Amino acid sequence: MADTLTSAAAPSTETAAYAARIDHVSKAFGRPGAQQLVLDDIALDVRPGEFVCLLGASGCGKSTLLNLVAGLDEPSAGSITTPGGRPALMFQEHALFPWLTAGKNIELALRLRGVPREERRPEAERLLDLVRLGGAYSKRVHELSGGMRQRVALARALAQDSQLLLMDEPFAALDAITRDVLHDELTRIWSETDLSVLFVTHNVREAVRLAERVVLLSSRPGRINREWRIDIPQPRRIEDAAVADLSVEITEELRGEIRRHGQH
Amino acid sequence: MASTDTGTGSAAPQDAASQDAARPGTDAVPLAKAGVPAQRGAADLSGLEAGLDALETVTVERSPLGRLLVQKVLPPLTAVVLVLVVWQLASWGKVADPTKLPSPKDVGQALADRWRAGDLFTIIWTSVERGLLGFLAALAIGTPLGLVVARVRFVRAAIGPILSGLQSLPSVAWVPAAVIWLGINDSAMYAVILLGAVPSIANGLVSGIDQVPPLYLRAGRTIGATGVRGAWYVLLPAALPGYVAGLKQGWAFSWRSLMAAELIASSPDLGVGLGRYLENMREGSDMAGVVLGILLILFVGIAIDQIVFSPLERWVLRSRGLTARGQ
Repeated sequence: MADTLTSAAAPSTETAAYAARIDHVSKAFGRPGAQQLVLDDIALDVRPGEFVCLLGASGCGKSTLLNLVAGLDEPSAGSITTPGGRPALMFQEHALFPWLTAGKNIELALRLRGVPREERRPEAERLLDLVRLGGAYSKRVHELSGGMRQRVALARALAQDSQLLLMDEPFAALDAITRDVLHDELTRIWSETDLSVLFVTHNVREAVRLAERVVLLSSRPGRINREWRIDIPQPRRIEDAAVADLSVEITEELRGEIRRHGQH
Repeated sequence: MASTDTGTGSAAPQDAASQDAARPGTDAVPLAKAGVPAQRGAADLSGLEAGLDALETVTVERSPLGRLLVQKVLPPLTAVVLVLVVWQLASWGKVADPTKLPSPKDVGQALADRWRAGDLFTIIWTSVERGLLGFLAALAIGTPLGLVVARVRFVRAAIGPILSGLQSLPSVAWVPAAVIWLGINDSAMYAVILLGAVPSIANGLVSGIDQVPPLYLRAGRTIGATGVRGAWYVLLPAALPGYVAGLKQGWAFSWRSLMAAELIASSPDLGVGLGRYLENMREGSDMAGVVLGILLILFVGIAIDQIVFSPLERWVLRSRGLTARGQ
């Protein structure tokens, strides 16, 4: 069901056979001399159309890594290549602009991408339809529920027409039922498009529910610890026995990793 | 109000074989995920989603007109009537000499005199025109100044403290200087207005920009709003609430400093504005006229605030869901 890959992924030798290539990236923060290494020699390829979950406890630098891939920060060593241009990024908070309606939030992303004026509105409505918020075009952000806001945020991210979608714990602040529904939606949208997803979470079951590949990061510094390829057919449910079984295995590994930090 | 019309948009293949689940191999490059089966029960999911949306959506209703009148108009009206009653009683009871405490009727008479003389609106307009023009000039200067102070660290360190310090300096203190530099004319009036309003407007913008959540700027950068486009599409709209608060305060400062300047500076060139009218009445020991002058100044200040700035502020806050409830 889940065959375990032993070590860090060897970067693929095919040319541009990836949506993102993280090539031996390290990141340290702080002044020279008193530096703290946050990410240590991360090598990871996300293939086109692939759904990868980065899993790790707090302090593993998973959000830092995502910021690096998004181009919001520079790696201290190594390089990151995203052939499909600037990746789209979704945060834990919806980060929608409250002075714009749901539709206008999406249109702003289209406008900044250079979509001509007359095409923006139909495109924004198409994207809202895609996240099943067809009637929400002129809603203000504060009039939407948490789950609806994240769906608009997803539509805005899709409006960038990037091949790579980065998601930084986007459902962590939602209640369980809403999160479950959004898992289904994300799987549906991912399967209908040629989108590659790099999804950061600390929730093991969420990772197993969504991903084709789960990458476990160790903490302080963040290193790739282990990988699992997940062949459970989609759509999965978070309560499926197969999902639960693999989650137990990965959780055990994660706990071992966390325990290691208490031993010295 | 459910805002999702269920199932219209998604073009999900409804009945793709759900056993066709063999994921592409590790070396294959799956461009389109044709192998991924459709959602189990897509209708089921969209129904669930519509239900959740309906349950969690906050509907903001505007109050009906009747309640609006009772809640917003009745209380200030009551207060005004109460003040008039106490005033009338005090003047009937001869609490003070009528030359010191004119009755409401005397003040009404002064108002009617001005109306009949035909210069009531000329007096008001002289001041209001000056105040508004001065305010617009302050807007044109204060806005770029605030932007530069907020965004350029060196400028902020250099003049930031002076700018906030200027707010506590009563701008009437500038009147003597303005009169010596510019003479007793409109330029001196405008100089005093500017010195009063520019710091407020600039400081409002600075604090508005400081309070912009960094998340908006990050989100803006990821969708391509960098540099000037970032300032225009993200930073400025996000700073609008603080900016509008600064405008409101800027207007109050403009109006106050203008009245002080008109009271102090006297010249035929200046014409008679509200401040000058007030001072003329004092010189003639016409207490009813003085009270009328004070009331007119108060009235104009409140009116401009209620007509321009309060609606602007309410609109900005309400459209962002920042009011406690839909007012």
